[in-house]
Amino acid sequence: MSEAGEKKRAGAGPDGPVLEAVGLSRSFGPIEVLSDVSVSVRAGEVHAIIGENGAGKSTLMKILAGHLAPTRGAIKLDGSPVELKGPVDAERRGVVLVHQEIMLAPDLSIAENMFLGRELRRGLTVDDREMNRRATEAMRVFGVEAAVTAPVQRLSIAQRQLAQIARALAVPHRIAIFDEPTASLTPVETSALLGLIRELKAKGVAVLYISHRLEEVKAVADVVTVLRDGKQVATKPAAELEPVDMARLMVGRDLLALYPPRPPAPAGEPAFEVGRFGAAGFAEDASFSVRPGEILGFAGLVGAGRTELFEALFGLRKGGGDIRLNGAEQQWRDARAGMRAGAVYLTEDRKSKGLLLEETIAVNLTLASLDKFQRGPLIDRAREARALDEAIQRFDIRVGDRTLLAGQMSGGNQQKLLLAKMMQLDPRVVVIDEPTRGIDIGAKQQIYRFIAALAAEGRSVIVISSEMAELIGICHRIIVMRNGRVVGEVAGEEMNEHAIVVLATGVSTNGEDVRT
Amino acid sequence: MTQAVGEAPAAAPRRRMSVSAVAPFLALALICALGALANPRFLSFDNLTNVLARSTFIATIAVGQTLVITGGGLDLSVGAMAAFISGLTILFLNSGLIDNMPLLIVSAMVLALAVGALCGLFNGLTTTIGKIEPFIVTLGTMGIFRSLLTWLAQGGSITIRNTDVRAAYRQVYFGDLFGVPYPVLLILGVAVAGAFILYATAYGRHVRAVGSNEDVARYSGISVARVRTITYVLQGLCVALAVIVYVPRLSSASAATGLGWELTAITAVVVGGTRLKGGVGHIWGTIAGALILEVIGNIMLLSNLVSEYLIGAVQGAIIIIAMLAQRGMSASR
Repeated sequence: MSEAGEKKRAGAGPDGPVLEAVGLSRSFGPIEVLSDVSVSVRAGEVHAIIGENGAGKSTLMKILAGHLAPTRGAIKLDGSPVELKGPVDAERRGVVLVHQEIMLAPDLSIAENMFLGRELRRGLTVDDREMNRRATEAMRVFGVEAAVTAPVQRLSIAQRQLAQIARALAVPHRIAIFDEPTASLTPVETSALLGLIRELKAKGVAVLYISHRLEEVKAVADVVTVLRDGKQVATKPAAELEPVDMARLMVGRDLLALYPPRPPAPAGEPAFEVGRFGAAGFAEDASFSVRPGEILGFAGLVGAGRTELFEALFGLRKGGGDIRLNGAEQQWRDARAGMRAGAVYLTEDRKSKGLLLEETIAVNLTLASLDKFQRGPLIDRAREARALDEAIQRFDIRVGDRTLLAGQMSGGNQQKLLLAKMMQLDPRVVVIDEPTRGIDIGAKQQIYRFIAALAAEGRSVIVISSEMAELIGICHRIIVMRNGRVVGEVAGEEMNEHAIVVLATGVSTNGEDVRT
Repeated sequence: MTQAVGEAPAAAPRRRMSVSAVAPFLALALICALGALANPRFLSFDNLTNVLARSTFIATIAVGQTLVITGGGLDLSVGAMAAFISGLTILFLNSGLIDNMPLLIVSAMVLALAVGALCGLFNGLTTTIGKIEPFIVTLGTMGIFRSLLTWLAQGGSITIRNTDVRAAYRQVYFGDLFGVPYPVLLILGVAVAGAFILYATAYGRHVRAVGSNEDVARYSGISVARVRTITYVLQGLCVALAVIVYVPRLSSASAATGLGWELTAITAVVVGGTRLKGGVGHIWGTIAGALILEVIGNIMLLSNLVSEYLIGAVQGAIIIIAMLAQRGMSASR
């Protein structure tokens, strides 16, 4: 709390803060999730708010954007106290929030979503032509050339995220709040977004920016505020903080190495071989293999077809090709078939494909392996409870109350639960899609250790990720996909971000086209 | 592994009693209290067993509907299916294929169950393999089943012709075991079986998972099509069980048989606290829901406060009130 108060006394001069929060607190019932936080942001300044999950970042942003009222404290705009009556009131005053969760109507098009509730009109009808034109323009800023008339549900998660950002920024604004906008973006889209934020900054917009990605914060922020357990730990100029300092402040202790020591690269015959596999419309002709004890990474841009390839392999969408597991030919018509053979796929979409959010932890834990928990026709609840004990222990799932529903857990705990759920099947091949998306740094570090441990036990592990740093940090080899095809593989010394970006985009960093 | 029964860890997940799970029973108690005030005869043993027996058809069908709805489906064809199975059962009883009377009646029951299961299987496969909305599929089969009965009856009614058969079969509805009428035993049996399936077996948990989130179920290696299809087959069996006790009551089936049962059954399910979009099912709540509907009709007959012609309106109001109450309770949490 020591450095916290410096900025807030600046007052409202021409150079004073546009938005200022003084001593904000917020309680839910008896629990105070935010206590006495003061932040301010000037025109043309980017102020990053960082912290682990549950640190209170999103609560703070929701208060500043009028979605929540503070229990104590005041919000000042241009130096004078205001009471935000709701998000509409905040927007009217020029404060826009880009939400972390995607909130678009899946059946409406990008353009329709972008102008939802504020449609442009021409006489009695809506002016679709103009709205489509503006939407196309807005998406082009991100380098997305998608048809803005296509329903949002046909877009990838990253494209939806970008559409949502475009929607928020279509409102006239002078203060823009971004709540983890890059959680589902790949490096290319992320750098497009950071470029956009610099543009906003140049135009004199005040930006509040929440992110887990510390490199990104370092790159774009002027000032950084660190929250921990709802309290303000530090507010400092970004120039004085290196990512490692930020991480230390966030976690409250020195972080050991983020990545665990890599288990030795195994030699020997591959356990899992895929030949000329394709996923209808998304990927084709993919061939690769993994050895027991090996961690193989899959890198590529969003939309490169990595998730779709593996979903097709596991019979979750249409596709076909050769699969061999320990030499035996396989064909999996559904996820169950893969599981029987000893291979599991952990979805990137924990909330809508991985866990039943309205069921308890125990129900989720055993859902994929219930036949192991049967005694006659009955579910053996005692055995189920023991499995839960073991899983909580082994995967460090942090829950005070075991009757908690999966939807009430933090992202990190949900990911651990999903991992525990699939490990109930004791698979030989584990495919994990975006293992650390949207989870805090402490949980990330643990997930990396679990992955290394799975490999050390002799399992073959495949990690699909859009975070190149983590692939480089934990994998033995990395396969790169572009436009639905495997375009290369890096290992050993070549395993660096530059090599991967060149393969993933087909363009070398000096702009030269290296596509073959 | 030998494990003492009492040794289950204290943290074993216990189903939490939520207000919405208890509400239907409270409402039923309240309505019964009102009934007792309105007419002392309401609480007589004869009247109560009569109410229970009359609610058998809806209660039995509604248990199956609870499974279907919990699994994310819907079956609009149950009333028409009941009429169709009734017609076939009576035609079989009239056919004289079997001389031995008990054997004839038992065979008719088995036939009813087989036809019910097949009708359910058809509904199930068409929605899952055919990938058509259950609303549309069962709207279609509703028309088909009812029309088949009308055709079998040539626009009139089908009646058990042999008076001996009629007299013998009558016992199934009007008879009792230690004073408890058979239909009441049937409700109990079906509810116990339904609750067992939904709460204690892996299949029941799969039903909830499929209704709660189809994708999660699929990614967990559960065959969504198989789980859903079986809910429709179980629904067909429940309809057949209802028919088995319905046929001896009137000994006849016509185009008016089972008219509107689908809506009454769905009302019972929803009033009982089951979520219409799936994932959450309350078997005992459904029984309470079916009883609430029947008791209210009974009270309206016994008292002269409201015309009995308005029973439909009152039942319609109940479903809306029940939903508003659920909404209110979940909002206040």
